[in-house]
Amino acid sequence: MKVLIPSALRSYTERGEAEAAGATLAAVLLDLEHQYPGIHFRMIDEQDRIRRHIRIFVNGEQARDLTQALRATDEVIIVQALSGG
Amino acid sequence: MASRSRKPAVRRPGARSGARRTLLLVATRKGAWLYHGDGARKTWRADGPHFLGHVISQVVLDPRDGRTLLAAAKTGHLGPTIFRSTDLGRTWKEAARPPAFAKAADGKEGRAVDHTFWLTPGRAADRDVWYAGTSPQGLFRSGDGGVSWEPFSIINDDPQFREWMGTVQDGTPDGPKLHSIIVDPRDSRHFYIAMSGGGVHESSDGGRTWKTLIKGLDVVEGFGFDASKPTFHDPHCVRICPSNPDRLYQQNHCGIYRLDRPSDTWVRIGRNMPKPVGDIGFPLVVHPRDADTAWVFPMDGATVWPRTSPEGKPAVYATRNGGKSWQRLDAGLPAKQGWWTVKRQAMCADDADPVGLYFGTTSGELWMSRDEGRRWTCIARHLPEIYAVEAAGL
Repeated sequence: MKVLIPSALRSYTERGEAEAAGATLAAVLLDLEHQYPGIHFRMIDEQDRIRRHIRIFVNGEQARDLTQALRATDEVIIVQALSGG
Repeated sequence: MASRSRKPAVRRPGARSGARRTLLLVATRKGAWLYHGDGARKTWRADGPHFLGHVISQVVLDPRDGRTLLAAAKTGHLGPTIFRSTDLGRTWKEAARPPAFAKAADGKEGRAVDHTFWLTPGRAADRDVWYAGTSPQGLFRSGDGGVSWEPFSIINDDPQFREWMGTVQDGTPDGPKLHSIIVDPRDSRHFYIAMSGGGVHESSDGGRTWKTLIKGLDVVEGFGFDASKPTFHDPHCVRICPSNPDRLYQQNHCGIYRLDRPSDTWVRIGRNMPKPVGDIGFPLVVHPRDADTAWVFPMDGATVWPRTSPEGKPAVYATRNGGKSWQRLDAGLPAKQGWWTVKRQAMCADDADPVGLYFGTTSGELWMSRDEGRRWTCIARHLPEIYAVEAAGL
């Protein structure tokens, strides 16, 4: 499925869009890690929590649970919060 | 007592000559810069920014090979990591497994590393060994030059240590930290670590067991805090003397101290600072070859703790006699309206003779002295908030 990558993570993917596969959101993110080593820990902490300034949307709806089931036609968007200064 | 007497800098056996180049590793809230000095330390070439926009807590050169750099990084939005360069910063590669706490058991609230704060290379004989301290307080080890990291010792998950560490709410504004990881140069199983908050601790068996080292340290007065409890202690910076590893100095939230082993009682040598200046600050630097000499950068710890140079008059203070007396070193620094803050990792010394001293301010200025603090000059201005400055001889 298509995964849109925010600018802060494009040092890994080198583009704004990636393809990843998996039956759950967790599996898709692990597939991204397989393709782009290091990217997973920047988004998900060691307790499997989505990091504070990261938001993930599936077909436009915010996902809060990494066990959420996905279909191959779903679109995943990873967003970085634009807070800070 | 404060003193203005000046002991001349004497060239000592074992000191490196000025022919070697000095490399300054400057970590800031918005990236890292490398400053390459000439042999005389008079001109500096800026190399940077590296990782522009990343929060870089520290950049450290591996003294065992003189070319590997580790940089502790995060951004405002992404999780923490460590970048590694084996060519003095020309190229960087991310650690395969950055420091991370163990996954908590089901139903338990686990901790997550917010950022790696402190990096310490192992002893010369322990090639590729590194230690890292994190926020919140955690201790990690790498055995492969910083590529992969594992939790080290019992500290991270020990219930007693966790109680002493407190919560994120109890820590410093940008997170409670484990810092000042010191490996005894004579014994790779002998460690000191410090936690803000959580006190100073020592292990003599490679991290299997730990002993608290807080006797003699004061705690904040007026609240009835029990000084025998590590949780009330906030060591800001602990340093071991390379020329006498049985001597440690400490800049604490509550004063400046010295500890001479095997004693386990710290002596508050900051009492000998001039009263209007006080003995509050973050960094402390020790002389590479003279265990009686150390430098501090005092800051205002009165009322609401501005943590700026007292009265807006920045100065470094030096002791040449183990803290019995201190001398003010401010030649070249602003005489007034200099409201500077220097963080605990942002002041350091090189190993030349005379020793070069360096510090970076939170207002983005990088200063140096080529003569052990007698005269100061500015190397760089307009940098982001400086978190750490390391000096390395190449």
